[in-house]
Amino acid sequence: MSSARDDILGRLRQRIGREPAGAPAAHARVEQVIAASQAGPRPSYDGDLAARFIERAKALISTVDECAAPADVPARCAHWLIGQGLGRQVVVSPALAGLDWATSGLDVRIGAAGGDDPVGVTGCFRAIAETGTLMLCSGAQSPAVNSLLPQTHIAVVPREHIVADMEAAFAVARDAFERWPRALNFVSGPSRTADIEQTIVLGAHGPYRVHLLIVG
Amino acid sequence: MHFVSRVRQRLDDTELQRNLQRTRGRNAAARLASLASLDDFDAVRERATEIRASVLRDLDVWLERFEAEATRRGATVLWARDGDEACRLVIDIARRHDVKTVVKAKSMVSEEAGLNAALEAAGIRPVETDLGEYILQINDNEPPSHIIMPVIHKSKEQVSELFARVHGTAAKTDIVELTREAREKLRPEFLGAEMGISGGNFLIAETGSVAIVTNEGNGRMCTTMPRVHVALTGIEKVIPTLDDLATLLRILPRSATGQAISNYVSLLTGPKHEGDADGPEHMYFVLVDGGRADLIGGDFEPMLRCIRCGACMNHCPVYQTIGGHSYGWVYPGPMGSVLTPLYQGLEKAKDLPQAATLCNQCGVVCPVSIPLPDLMRKLREKQVDAGLRPWSERLSMRLWAWVAQRPKLYARGVRFAVRYLRWLADGRDRIQAMGVAPGWTAERDFPAPAAQSFRDQYAARQRRAGR
Repeated sequence: MSSARDDILGRLRQRIGREPAGAPAAHARVEQVIAASQAGPRPSYDGDLAARFIERAKALISTVDECAAPADVPARCAHWLIGQGLGRQVVVSPALAGLDWATSGLDVRIGAAGGDDPVGVTGCFRAIAETGTLMLCSGAQSPAVNSLLPQTHIAVVPREHIVADMEAAFAVARDAFERWPRALNFVSGPSRTADIEQTIVLGAHGPYRVHLLIVG
Repeated sequence: MHFVSRVRQRLDDTELQRNLQRTRGRNAAARLASLASLDDFDAVRERATEIRASVLRDLDVWLERFEAEATRRGATVLWARDGDEACRLVIDIARRHDVKTVVKAKSMVSEEAGLNAALEAAGIRPVETDLGEYILQINDNEPPSHIIMPVIHKSKEQVSELFARVHGTAAKTDIVELTREAREKLRPEFLGAEMGISGGNFLIAETGSVAIVTNEGNGRMCTTMPRVHVALTGIEKVIPTLDDLATLLRILPRSATGQAISNYVSLLTGPKHEGDADGPEHMYFVLVDGGRADLIGGDFEPMLRCIRCGACMNHCPVYQTIGGHSYGWVYPGPMGSVLTPLYQGLEKAKDLPQAATLCNQCGVVCPVSIPLPDLMRKLREKQVDAGLRPWSERLSMRLWAWVAQRPKLYARGVRFAVRYLRWLADGRDRIQAMGVAPGWTAERDFPAPAAQSFRDQYAARQRRAGR
């Protein structure tokens, strides 16, 4: 019995009218399309990318704070969390372990969030000005769960990591990764649903709130 | 049940009509408002159309490229000729990894395949995690009525009653409370399930990845927490590159809900890496044909460009009046009226290509320029060719053709009809009750014709001009 794969590909070739001799040319064409990949038509922005990012992120119901240097991050996080009445318990991605969390007054664990961790703090690979979106990569230093399981997600966004659009972020990623990460997550504000009567509710399965701390 | 009786039932269901009315036009308005943030929507739409069309022209080779890349990055790619084979493959995977519970993100292909019933029969417990799909599953596996808003036909009171009955909790009427109740029910399922099944909005040949678009975050949960991830999707979902993904993501959420971007877009590539903090240990793709390959190279190939945004049904006057369940299979609205006869058989969905006004709102809003009314018209032709139309229609068409080929007889017939209709109109410009075809005037007036037919007026004018 022939395999499903051979059957399906065989039927496709028959419908396309592909002769066996034509296959190498088609493969070459496909490789050429991938190698010559270019951005499609996209909106262009005048002015400051960070300003655009912040404006779009707020429209997605993320909250935004800014600080001057990485060293300020733990204190700014503590200030915001306590101001919001969200407690002091946080789990911080290993990528941010080098910051001085000890003096922040927060109860910090470095690692991956579990189902009961109230607050997750992550970095971000790039941030996208077009839509106010975070681009997060999974990895040993950056658990995907930290932006997913806790009710509150704080993302630390280096200002120089804000790029215009998804194409620009992909261009960086192609150069940055020797091996593509298991998960690239684009996060645009808190989790939401509108399934019941098309009424928007925040915090469907993921975080209820996303707080962005722009650094630099 | 027959289509017409299904529709009758839906039209008489005042609760359903109230629910449909509540959201009618809302997505269409949101879509329109969201297009302004693209400098040139038409250019993006044109590009999106070309991306999808170009893949279909070389689909065999694009699939091979995708398979090679996905395999190189550690995933296992499996192929299924139809839904039954897809179910068998998924069950095999589940058994191999000793899976008891499966959490599912929304996958229309799994609806096509009837996967939940197959899993249950195999002793594996499927849990739907999209809020809408979860509501349907606990309501005795009710089918969805919309491809992205599965419970658009339900009111919050109905959901509240259902939750109270199934969860054994106090009835809540607040939508926020209801959503929280589902969150709390599903959280332990995400943490405990051994396997997650997702659909796939796009398969990216460049990187061998699947892209999943959700708002709730359940797609992320299903593909992050369990130790096995299965992406179940159709063979037509391949796109070439990440840049193409960026283009299509500008147009998919806008067309669906009017969002510039959905809350979560996940690009998943292979299993977790050594040392990764999370992610599945095993990743599988199940690529399903299910009638798709047969559409390549024919009149209906453009239908395979579909990116499942739902814009066609959100703009369809028929869908918004009869609701999704009337269509009888998993895909409703204009796209369903084309796909159902093609995937299920022409004779199983005789009324669907007819259940359209051919107003072309669907064709205008389709983000990948699928000429839906043309395809419905072609299906009607196929029905005629296959002898699937009722004898009364065939007879009257033949009679009409016979008369239309005899101009003198035709003119006499028209004159007679004009006189009859003007007699019915009785001096007014509208006919309120048409004796021979009462259905025409049951819900509206029929306009009275002019005293003379166009041909008679033209002949008279020629005579006056002395020609």
